[in-house]
Amino acid sequence: MQPMTTEQIRVLIARGKLKDTVFQALGIICLAIGLLVIFLLVGDMLLRGLDRLNLDFFTEFASRRASQSGILSAWVGTILVMFVTALAAVPLGVAAGIYLEEYAKRNWVTDIIEINITNLAAVPSIVYGLLSLGIFVYAFGLGQSILSAGLTLALLILPIVIVSTREAIRAIPAMIREGSMAVGATRWQTCRYHIIPYAMPGILTGVIIGLARAIGETAPIITIGALTFIAFLPPVPFTATGADGVSAGLFDWVMSPFTVMPIQIFNWTSRPDPAFEVNAAAAGFVLMGMVLSMNAIAIYLRYKMRKNIKW
Amino acid sequence: MSANNASDLHQVSDRLAHNAMRNVSERLIEGLLFAAAAVSVLTTVGIVYVLVSESFHFFQNVSIVDFLTDTQWTPLFDDAHYGIMVLISGTLVSSGVALLVAIPMGTIIAIYLSEFANSKVREVAKPVLELLGGIPTIVFGYFALLIVTPLLQKVFPDLPGFSLLSAGLVMGIMIVPYIASLSEDAMRAVPMSMREGSYAMGATKLYTAIHVVVPAAVSGLAASYILGISRAVGETMILAVAAGMQPNLTWNPMEPAATITSYIVQVALGDLPHGSIGYQTIFAAGLTLLLITLAFNIAGQWLRRRYREAY
Repeated sequence: MQPMTTEQIRVLIARGKLKDTVFQALGIICLAIGLLVIFLLVGDMLLRGLDRLNLDFFTEFASRRASQSGILSAWVGTILVMFVTALAAVPLGVAAGIYLEEYAKRNWVTDIIEINITNLAAVPSIVYGLLSLGIFVYAFGLGQSILSAGLTLALLILPIVIVSTREAIRAIPAMIREGSMAVGATRWQTCRYHIIPYAMPGILTGVIIGLARAIGETAPIITIGALTFIAFLPPVPFTATGADGVSAGLFDWVMSPFTVMPIQIFNWTSRPDPAFEVNAAAAGFVLMGMVLSMNAIAIYLRYKMRKNIKW
Repeated sequence: MSANNASDLHQVSDRLAHNAMRNVSERLIEGLLFAAAAVSVLTTVGIVYVLVSESFHFFQNVSIVDFLTDTQWTPLFDDAHYGIMVLISGTLVSSGVALLVAIPMGTIIAIYLSEFANSKVREVAKPVLELLGGIPTIVFGYFALLIVTPLLQKVFPDLPGFSLLSAGLVMGIMIVPYIASLSEDAMRAVPMSMREGSYAMGATKLYTAIHVVVPAAVSGLAASYILGISRAVGETMILAVAAGMQPNLTWNPMEPAATITSYIVQVALGDLPHGSIGYQTIFAAGLTLLLITLAFNIAGQWLRRRYREAY
């Protein structure tokens, strides 16, 4: 092989550098497409829906007339369903995370649980809807209620809560546990007074990310049969519910039919009348606002956590 | 002296009793925590039980051969046909379009972020990408139907209002963050010494990235692609909104079609009586969906084991 002249080597280097630059530009373009989609999405929804984004939109029920429709039942339903979801998913997920990190011995039972959690994270969300249609709605007789929907979403986000709890616990150094146990605390006392409080920011981040995911989930809730048109609110505890003057109990609302924001948007986008597109845009903007602000809080928490904790 | 002894003994037995109580409550708590961890296994058992038992009733009325070979899917008509291939074709075509967008874009972004971008860009770009992944899929559905389809119609005037192409493209954008984030993690795990070795031989950044880092991280990349496939196959709302929900045996992305997931949504929106054959079809469809995603996950785990690199 002929040795290359300096000129040839220079050409070779220039070509390599050019390729590097071209690829770098390609990478930036791809990233920019992602950003562009977010801007286009938010901008379009804001521009289209701006007229509808006033107080009435939040205090009116859905209606047959697009210009009078609001999202009252949708946002109330979303908040109530999220409340049930958090109430079920947080204790279950945190307890499971603590068990797997602090208690579990390495044996086939824990192996099965771990493999299960990884696999559940890959199960399509609509399958959770089918599960809950069969189990919660019919086998347990909970009906198409806020409770069924909340439990469905709780199962859906359980892997997220468990994984983030475990990661937060794993970051706590062993000396904390040793110190606690050295002064005579039991394993649970160690968890209760040390592990859980120190892992709290990490757990919270996972819970918020999970709830942000749950808020946008439509498919499993449609599958359990949530209604798409609702012009009443779930009963407020201890108020009269109808002409007979019977008061609603403290927990009557959990069995109430409901709708949520994504279903309201779906309903409006699937109508042939383009007047409803404006409503869909406005509601979509509100939903995006909810999800993005929750994600932003989670990202901020994680960022702050990484800076503050020094063991 | 003897009195003193008695009180000492008393104290000791008190302490023993206290200890015994403590042991009991410790055991109890451990049991509760284990039960929480076992919920994930129960969820899996529940999913398999519901899907298999309802599908079992379905397959008593419809032969498996018809289910797999019939070319029509008209379960709600008088002349009922149950050819799941119709739904599978829609699912595969839309997933294919999505992956043609998501895999190249996700990989390029990952290579750019891990090998080219400085740490500042990375710190900003990763959370922003996560925001893109957190957008509710119903909002992406809106985006596909009302923004992307009209844009595509300017390029392809024959494109109908509902199409697999537009739903698939948007689905691809949705999947990019998952692939980019996981691939970037995998490539960052490749030890610096391997890159330094390559640079020392005079290789450019791009050459090092493609010929050293990517092959070393191939198992992680494969895992991220498999996750992307799972997401695409299980995605529901984008398709339900933008792909038209018309059962249609087609391999042409320019046509409207139904996917397994959008069919389930369509049925759940009507009121089919519990226990009817139409009701059971959604469980048979759900079982098919679960088997498809399961097959991909097993393939992913196999790939990961086959190509795991030891550094």
